[in-house]
Amino acid sequence: MATAVDLMEYQAKELFAKHDVPVTLGVVATTPQEARAGAEELGGRVVVKAQVKAGGRGKAGGVKLAQNPDEAYAHAQDILGMTIKGLTVHRVLVAPTADIAAEYYFSFVVDRSNRSYLCIASVEGGVEIEEVAHTNPDAVAKVSIDAGTGVDGAKAREIVTTAKFPAEVAEQAVEMVQALWKVFIEEDASLVEVNPLVRLGDGTLEALDGKVTLDENADFRHTDHAELEDKEAADPLEAKAKAKDLNYVKLDGSVGIIGNGAGLVMSTLDVVAYAGEEFGGQKPANFLDIGGGASAEVMAAGLDIVLGDDQVKSVFVNVFGGITACDAVADGIVHALEMLGDTATKPLVVRLDGNNVEQGRAILAEADHPLVTLVDTMDGAARRAAELAAP
Amino acid sequence: MSIFLNKDSTVIVQGMTGSEGVKHTTRMLASGTRIVGGVNARKAGTTVDFDGVSQPVYGTVTEAVEATGANVSVVFVPPAFTKDAVLEAIEAGLELVVVITEGVPVHDTAAFFAAAQASGSTRIIGPNCPGVISPGQSNAGIIPANISDAGRIGLVSKSGTLTYQLMYELRDIGFTSAVGIGGDPIIGTTHIDCLEAFENDPDTAAVIMVGEIGGDAEERAADYISTHVTKPVVAYVAGFTAPEGKTMGHAGAIVSGSSGTAEAKKTALESAGVKVGKTPSETARLMRGIVESL
Repeated sequence: MATAVDLMEYQAKELFAKHDVPVTLGVVATTPQEARAGAEELGGRVVVKAQVKAGGRGKAGGVKLAQNPDEAYAHAQDILGMTIKGLTVHRVLVAPTADIAAEYYFSFVVDRSNRSYLCIASVEGGVEIEEVAHTNPDAVAKVSIDAGTGVDGAKAREIVTTAKFPAEVAEQAVEMVQALWKVFIEEDASLVEVNPLVRLGDGTLEALDGKVTLDENADFRHTDHAELEDKEAADPLEAKAKAKDLNYVKLDGSVGIIGNGAGLVMSTLDVVAYAGEEFGGQKPANFLDIGGGASAEVMAAGLDIVLGDDQVKSVFVNVFGGITACDAVADGIVHALEMLGDTATKPLVVRLDGNNVEQGRAILAEADHPLVTLVDTMDGAARRAAELAAP
Repeated sequence: MSIFLNKDSTVIVQGMTGSEGVKHTTRMLASGTRIVGGVNARKAGTTVDFDGVSQPVYGTVTEAVEATGANVSVVFVPPAFTKDAVLEAIEAGLELVVVITEGVPVHDTAAFFAAAQASGSTRIIGPNCPGVISPGQSNAGIIPANISDAGRIGLVSKSGTLTYQLMYELRDIGFTSAVGIGGDPIIGTTHIDCLEAFENDPDTAAVIMVGEIGGDAEERAADYISTHVTKPVVAYVAGFTAPEGKTMGHAGAIVSGSSGTAEAKKTALESAGVKVGKTPSETARLMRGIVESL
């Protein structure tokens, strides 16, 4: 699953500043008092911007102009604690107002189809860039970048020319493209986006907003990246799972899911949702991938997490015995239930298939645990789990 | 016949001496793979015993190739060292490099994929994949060899365990080759590469393609199938009910022009004449029906 860490605007801007991308940092505030103090420091007239990892902050009322420090206080009071796309706002960025003459769009992104990188740039920037890409694709330049050669001065110039940046800002834009490329490569980002990239009244360019997605796989060479993760936003069960190195995502349904391998678990969610239609719309309660190996310890840790979810009414354990054969998986389930003891109170539907399946099923039959039902097929087991979850 | 890997493939293992390397080298040997050695600079000149079979350890891939004539490498080295290991394999002129390692930074993959393209001679499979198996001939990776025998179906999948599940359900018919391509943002071998190879493999009668949400690889595969593939293709897509990711920014949508949802992928595949199963078992049934009618 995801190994991407999305940064908030202020964090992205800090990375921009580190690599000499022109940017105004502003002041991060977690209370209205701090927002007022920030506005005083910045000269009074400021923009108060919600810091959450979601687009559409402006439309949701999370970005407001304040004429003076008292207004900044009032706006921060409104914005702090509000919910934008399901995310609670815990901090605001207080930024000086900008005298904007033009808005552009710029990004570097990993290009899956060409298995390399792509630069996307447009002089018709602003919030509606996706709309522009649809209605006027010629206004959005897409320049492929060879991962072997990257972006040097000549490539930056090609990007600036292709995107038709005005001549008077072209030199600045070439510099900025190279600085943003350094952010993309040196920080191991999979996305660096500036929208809008603005031309100010005095003719200088500045990154007025920033979105950066970091590649968590590269954390081994960026010891400073771990602290950029937004720990407070994580669901408590997700945080607990993460601490145990489990790949868990909390969902809204009633059927707890444990499986091995991301693809099989995703498929299990689908099969449970289909089966659940028959039983009053029962849905999966979570995604939990215990990995291809599926050892007993990991199974126990997984069951502990899933059974700790109050919304869970039944659990579907769906394992294909490959590298770890079914008998070992069955031992793991029995052992996990012993470890959990009385805390395991919800029915478990287990489906095992693959190597040594007969031995695996025999082990579960032998243990004859009162909570465990063994069903031979994935579709049948999903149906049984949904049925058990129905009120 | 098969694709990418056959009984004559001679295989070295990069990272053979680590715990995963030892475990899976043992398994690959047991399934008949012609493994001729491993690479680890710190243990060059030593040998490793795998249930009575002694394997030499070389200091570099080039030395291993010179000594053994190997043409395939399977890579188990940790993520921080994967890029250099793969670049070394490309440099040594290997035809196929199967990168099992999970957690490789995407910029590293981009770099070694670019180098492989520039070499014009090395195919990369992976990273973060289970590898490729041509049952009865050779096994380069971690796909359990005892799930299915050789047969007439070709399989390409982003997912490891779904590969195993479908091989298991169709084990009586069997497979020419099954390729786990991995689901990372950049992968060395795509659905399309495998579809092309299976189309050209005379022993493959039909192809199963397994996809997942995200990106637009399945949509592009659908386009390819409608213009280039004459053999029957059955598909399965996982992730219809997966939660919508909290994606940031607009660049992703602008790049692909596709929503990346399972529904969009299913629609694209069906309009290319591909039968799409609702569950893995239904997908297996669809394939069984097709093979029986051939």
